[in-house]
Amino acid sequence: MNRIATAASEEPSYLGGEHSIKSWLLTKDHKRIAVLYLISVTLFFIVGGIAALLVRLELLTPAGDLLTADGYNRAFTVHGIVMIFFFLIPGIPAVLGNFLIPLMIGARDLAFPRINLLSWYLYIVGGLIAVVTILLGGVDTGWTFYTPYSSVYANGAVVLTGLAAFVAGFSSILTGLNFIVTIHKMRAPGMTWFRLPLFVWAHYATSLIQMLATPVVALAILLVVIERAFGFGIFDPAVGGDPVLFQHLFWFYSHPAVYIMLLPGMGVMSELMAAFSRRRVFGYHIIAFSSLAIAALGFLVWGHHMFVSSQSPYAGLVFSILTMMVAAPSAIKVFNWTATLHKAEVRFDAPMLYALGFLGLFLIGGLTGVMLGTLGLDVHVHDTYFVVAHFHYVMVGAVVMAFLGGLHFWWPKMFGRMYPQLPARISAVLIFIGFNATFFPQFVVGYLGMPRRYWEYVPEFQIYHVMSTMGSFVLGVGYLLPLIYLLWSLRYGEKASENPWDAVGVEWLTPSPPTSHNFHETPTVVWEAYEHEMFPGSEVASGRPAAVPSHSRLAEAD
Amino acid sequence: MNHSHTAESDARLFHQFADMEQQHESWSLGMWVFLASEVLFFGALIFSFLLYRSVYWPTFLEGTHELDLVIGGINTAILLTSSFTMVLAVYTAQNGNHRMAAFWLIVTSLLGLAFIGVKIHEYGLKWEHHLIPIQGLEFEWHGEHPQQARMFFSFYFTLTGLHALHVLVGILAIWVVAYRVAKNHFGNDYMPVEIMGLYWHFVDLVWIFLYPILYLFRA
Repeated sequence: MNRIATAASEEPSYLGGEHSIKSWLLTKDHKRIAVLYLISVTLFFIVGGIAALLVRLELLTPAGDLLTADGYNRAFTVHGIVMIFFFLIPGIPAVLGNFLIPLMIGARDLAFPRINLLSWYLYIVGGLIAVVTILLGGVDTGWTFYTPYSSVYANGAVVLTGLAAFVAGFSSILTGLNFIVTIHKMRAPGMTWFRLPLFVWAHYATSLIQMLATPVVALAILLVVIERAFGFGIFDPAVGGDPVLFQHLFWFYSHPAVYIMLLPGMGVMSELMAAFSRRRVFGYHIIAFSSLAIAALGFLVWGHHMFVSSQSPYAGLVFSILTMMVAAPSAIKVFNWTATLHKAEVRFDAPMLYALGFLGLFLIGGLTGVMLGTLGLDVHVHDTYFVVAHFHYVMVGAVVMAFLGGLHFWWPKMFGRMYPQLPARISAVLIFIGFNATFFPQFVVGYLGMPRRYWEYVPEFQIYHVMSTMGSFVLGVGYLLPLIYLLWSLRYGEKASENPWDAVGVEWLTPSPPTSHNFHETPTVVWEAYEHEMFPGSEVASGRPAAVPSHSRLAEAD
Repeated sequence: MNHSHTAESDARLFHQFADMEQQHESWSLGMWVFLASEVLFFGALIFSFLLYRSVYWPTFLEGTHELDLVIGGINTAILLTSSFTMVLAVYTAQNGNHRMAAFWLIVTSLLGLAFIGVKIHEYGLKWEHHLIPIQGLEFEWHGEHPQQARMFFSFYFTLTGLHALHVLVGILAIWVVAYRVAKNHFGNDYMPVEIMGLYWHFVDLVWIFLYPILYLFRA
């Protein structure tokens, strides 16, 4: 190999170099785009969080006192739309995936850097439209846009909100497209499919869903917009249209969308488990294939959202069985992560605490998902707080835990700084406690019959709502803390070494933070995934303590 | 790593790729993946149409008879011909004849414009016959179920409108590619033309589905 002998350390990092706002807004560097995404999803998380706060405050008392009935509908709709389309869907893929996939597979960038930037701009345009609709008073349809609420009866800016979701969907499609092509075509020499980190496998499965499911919801929302704007009667029962068809089209995307949020989180989990138990993930191949299995089966279960619609009970039966089948690959992952921990020397650094939090919350969220997949129980608890608690455990509890776990794990790589461990550990614990305090009471009150989307309720349920709202304050503090100490670390944090956790992976061979072109020389991969013995950047292999920065490791890789 | 590619293709090589082969494979795969996404987009709409057609088939059949078989046939012929000229563009580009490639691209785009023109004419006829299903406009239907007919025409305009939008986007993209081919910006790199062709054939293919389900199923 023809090596050019200049030290990688002399090149400025991707954060150095040009500092102008223009250089950031026109950047094609996947790492800078990831940082742009990180800033923007955090802002939307705050917007969605404020709406959630309004909802929780309203529910403190049985009477509707803080918000009007319509205002309450608008608050939970803003919460749902912003959190799902503008935080959870782009969250892990567009931030961590964007930053890490090229680094993990030894590529200089994603396959289509300009499309990557375009996808961020589409996200921002969609987000700005959403913000405008909020300022115009929002919508009262719920995030699901169910017809005829959204087509005939809505009294808010449905067309604009639909447009916002539509544009954000395009952004998501382009991210998925970029990842699929990158993972197929851009892997470094020696980086075979079965040497890929499981994070990459998870993102590959996620991208498949983004590409194949998002266009369907885009179409469904487009039809609602057309119906509302022009009076076409595609879903309007008054002219023979079928509102249930909208539900089918909507859930054909929106159930797989749960896996768009969850699978990248599972990818983060595999990395954290391997790094902090310092061993190869148990059952690597099974975990890789279970991601694909979840993506494939995830397309076949949308009907479990519609057990009480006019769907045939036989279809319901099939959807119920298929729903339980999705539980199998998810359970396989949980068991394999647990097996990885078995008899390992587990280190409890902050990212690992988040990972263990994920395990606990996902276990509860996943198992209640199986309960909801059974026809009889679902009819009983349909549209109650039981469902609300279930999907928050999976989509918020588990996914945000994974997002924060991943952020804490790769923060030193992304920004070259360590953050203080103590507040990070405290916030992991606070989030775990706060989350359970917020949402566990909702299982109980939902099972007792509290319907979702109600603004007033019977006084017997107040105790559960008070517990829930109190818990949400703890949760809020837990979510705010990282914002403070992570920002603090950017300036005052200790400088991070290349591989501060002594983890295995190509990304840990680059300087922290990496240079603009990631690799001075394309690395050649000679080790299996998570194999410490052969990894050139590992303590075990090199005999060096990981804290000592060394720029010669890359050279050892080839 | 193989650095043996020519200076000319080096200039066309984007920094993230190791060589032209990787770049070409990535572009091609990217377009295929995008088209897979498009299949789901049109697929969901066509599925919804066929669903309603199976429920309200007598009225939808009457709706089909309102569409002009000849006009639809002419447009089908125009699009199929444009696919042929697109193949010629790709073929000439592969042979390094960039002038002819640009010529065939322009011919393809003109056929696309002709398709749009015929479509506009057809929409105009629907306007004259009061068959536009927009709220507030008069919708005249002498059959038994005007509501179902409205739905047929809602689908007709949505299906053909979204397809026409794809044709328009294709025409604009062809012009950009044709300009750059004519200016010899791509050198021996025929991949931009090939990828343009993939998209155009897809749009053509969508029409091959729309034509029978809207115009041809008459009995």
